[in-house]
Amino acid sequence: MALTGYLIPALLLGVSVLALGRRVDLYSALLEGGQRGLELVKTVLPALVMLLTAVELLRASGAAALLTRLLSPAARLLGIPPETLPLVLIRPLSGSAALAVGADLMAAYGPDSLIGRTVAVMMGSTETTFYTVSVYFAAAGVKRTRYAVPAALIADLTGFAAASLLARLL
Amino acid sequence: MAMSYIWALLVGLSLVCALAGDGGDLSRAALAGAGRAVELGISLTGSLCLWSGFSLVLERSGLRAGLGRLLAPLLGRLFPKAARDEAVLGALCGNVTANLLGLGNAATPLGIEALRGMQAQSGGDRASDEMCRLVVLNTASVQLLPTTVAALRGSLGSAAPFDILPAVWLCSLFSVGAGLGAAALLRRLWP
Repeated sequence: MALTGYLIPALLLGVSVLALGRRVDLYSALLEGGQRGLELVKTVLPALVMLLTAVELLRASGAAALLTRLLSPAARLLGIPPETLPLVLIRPLSGSAALAVGADLMAAYGPDSLIGRTVAVMMGSTETTFYTVSVYFAAAGVKRTRYAVPAALIADLTGFAAASLLARLL
Repeated sequence: MAMSYIWALLVGLSLVCALAGDGGDLSRAALAGAGRAVELGISLTGSLCLWSGFSLVLERSGLRAGLGRLLAPLLGRLFPKAARDEAVLGALCGNVTANLLGLGNAATPLGIEALRGMQAQSGGDRASDEMCRLVVLNTASVQLLPTTVAALRGSLGSAAPFDILPAVWLCSLFSVGAGLGAAALLRRLWP
């Protein structure tokens, strides 16, 4: 078994022992946190429904294939597999849309295929850039955001290209 | 609001494409997509609940606060002005550790607190270099445990959902490095 196969139980045990050592009511914390997880599913589910409906429409109409064909030269230039383009396009805009599109791609190509792994690494190492920038700066009352958006987008693009490379190597 | 336009655009684009070409039955596709979303939601629920429970234990046992103290010297170097204020540095450390541990819900309020503190230091409605750096750090997602993605892989039948970890870590480092590097270059162009 790979080392990561022991990861979850080891983490669960480690944190549990630490919590018990500090007299934290471990089991209530687990249940209360689990409740928050349920709330999270409840908030995300409507967004998943709307977005996967749109994704399915895009695929059935042939629009997804058309977009992919138009943008694949640019993607290849960066070493990004054209199959992952739907995720690359939506990732900076919406977290739940990225989850929907990523799940769709992983299901279509298989979670352990090269495309499936690339998609997973992309999702794990990038963020909802536009959302984050707007929430943070709006909350702090900043209007002149200067180079924050271009710098964050350069980070995203680097992440997508690196994910394409690393998913193949590691 | 932006998502409203994007969603309408996606649906409109599909309809135009289907009318122009020979698309399949779009009504059937729409309903199938909606149904699959619920299947996805249900298959993710178990691991999301487990990880939310795990992260609350992390919080209550003081592990997150401890990790935050470890990071203070490093962050002090990246944000020298902000580090002069103890409270701002504290929020900053909290924000970065919450991101590292994948506690998105805890990360955002702490990040905003740190950003407000920096804004109080610099004044005005212009983002200082350190404010831009903080935002870049938050958009580049440095995560030790990408639990949602792993949950998704697991629900789709991956043999080892966590075997992407080394790739995710390296990839995050590259993207944060590129973001901070770009920020250092671009600051001269945007006074």
